[in-house]
Amino acid sequence: MDNFGIIFKRELMSYFATPLAYIFIVIFLISNGIFTFDLGGFYLRGQADLLPFFSFHPWLYLFMVPAIAMTLWADERKTGTIELLMTLPVRLSDAVLGKFFAAWALTGIALLLTFPIWLTVNYLGDPDNGVILTAYIGSWFMAGGFLAIGSCMSAATKNSVIAFILTVSICFVFVIMGSPILLEAFPEWLPQVIVDALSAMGFLTHYDSIAKGVLDIRDVLFFAVFIAAWLFASAIVIEIKKAN
Amino acid sequence: MIKIKDLSKRFDQFTAIDDLSFNVEEGEVLGFLGPNGAGKSTTMKVITGFLSPSSGSVTIDGYDITQNPIEAKTLIGYLPEGAPSYGDMTTLQFLNFIAQVRGFRGNDIAEKVQHVIHEVKLGSVQHQIIDTLSKGFRRRVGLAQAIMHDPKVLILDEPTDGLDPNQKHHVRQLIKNLARDKIVIISTHILEEVTAVCTRAIIISEGKIVADSTPADLEAQSKYHHAVSVRLTSDYDLAADLSEVAGVGLVEQDQEEEFSYTILSGKGKPIFTQVSEIAQSKNWPVTEFHVSRGQLEDVFRTVTQGGEV
Repeated sequence: MDNFGIIFKRELMSYFATPLAYIFIVIFLISNGIFTFDLGGFYLRGQADLLPFFSFHPWLYLFMVPAIAMTLWADERKTGTIELLMTLPVRLSDAVLGKFFAAWALTGIALLLTFPIWLTVNYLGDPDNGVILTAYIGSWFMAGGFLAIGSCMSAATKNSVIAFILTVSICFVFVIMGSPILLEAFPEWLPQVIVDALSAMGFLTHYDSIAKGVLDIRDVLFFAVFIAAWLFASAIVIEIKKAN
Repeated sequence: MIKIKDLSKRFDQFTAIDDLSFNVEEGEVLGFLGPNGAGKSTTMKVITGFLSPSSGSVTIDGYDITQNPIEAKTLIGYLPEGAPSYGDMTTLQFLNFIAQVRGFRGNDIAEKVQHVIHEVKLGSVQHQIIDTLSKGFRRRVGLAQAIMHDPKVLILDEPTDGLDPNQKHHVRQLIKNLARDKIVIISTHILEEVTAVCTRAIIISEGKIVADSTPADLEAQSKYHHAVSVRLTSDYDLAADLSEVAGVGLVEQDQEEEFSYTILSGKGKPIFTQVSEIAQSKNWPVTEFHVSRGQLEDVFRTVTQGGEV
């Protein structure tokens, strides 16, 4: 096992060593239930799909994912363990990726544990399971996008609460960037190219089509590049801020 | 061998390390001294590759810490200031993690971990969460982590801070045993520690080296080196008797204790024989009589405050 794997394992284990992972999973599942059945009108719609379930995910992630991401680097700096980690023979990329993938795996586990909802819809009707699988993958990639922003914000401060607030704010901007509300808010003199570019950065633009079962490689690529860019930024921020 | 050449580290306007150069050879235990904020910890952070230098270079056995960080870091065992460790893990889990990162696999992991647990006496707390350990135990966990891979270079930032006298003694013994074929650099402000374990002492102040020598030579720079302290039962004018004696310098009266005097050596040479002969011939009312080796503390204060020794 290389250092990436060792760090990944340590981080994932530490989520489960404290109540954090359990609280996250339980609240994630309860919120999903409320959103899907009460607010989403799962039964009322009378359709055998999970669209109400998936369409709430961006808003659910907006608060839940930054909560996991906020400690990623802020705690390392606060307790001084960053000095230990960075003086071990470990590449910075292994540390950044190991931590990110551990947090991403946790959101993956939480997402997998929503399987009863999939069983329910299969029991009640005859849904297109290909669409559901696609939506699950899209949702997980979007969670990764939120986490990557969180990783960078957590690297920027010793205070995990500040990291949380910054992450929520930036994630919110990216969620609404593709939505009509924001498009109307842009001043008219802004060239169309920029408006298009900004709305193409929006999470909803990419997620909505995936959630409906359209797995366009460009949408997946968007999230992959988005994650890579924010993780690269995390590494730079860590390098700059570690001395403080 | 560690080569530190023209090393500087600046933070914005503040210069923490100012053009530092020195080498450390195998078998040396280097005590790194200096007042708070003198740049001790910063120097250690640069040597271990945590911070990158503003200018200058650090090479460890030929590996430059900025150009070949992984190779250089493999050779170093480091106890950072405050001995940070992952508090949510047990001692055993944490040391297992370190062993894996240090490249041990399979049975070697358990073997190495048990070895260091035995070495720094952590057996009783190996299944305890690190956050719940006392300060002394946590420091020992940090020490265990640093010596795990039997490193060629051991860098310890205040290794005995917060330990009780027994633990201090144990850690010093450990460092002495480890030191034979290694390079050890320890920073401390406990000066007795330097006399106890170090073969060389560097005192830095405001990022510059102000003294670099063996602890014994540093002590010799003290004005109390070879001084003779005497305590009398009643008042007596020592200075009058001593004015004729060659090599004897000033006589200082102790501010706190009555009838106690320190007779300084005028030229840094032993004056014990001369003083004891006078004391016998003049029949001084002496109750205590001893020779001082010189006080490191005294030298430390003088060189870091820019005065004369």
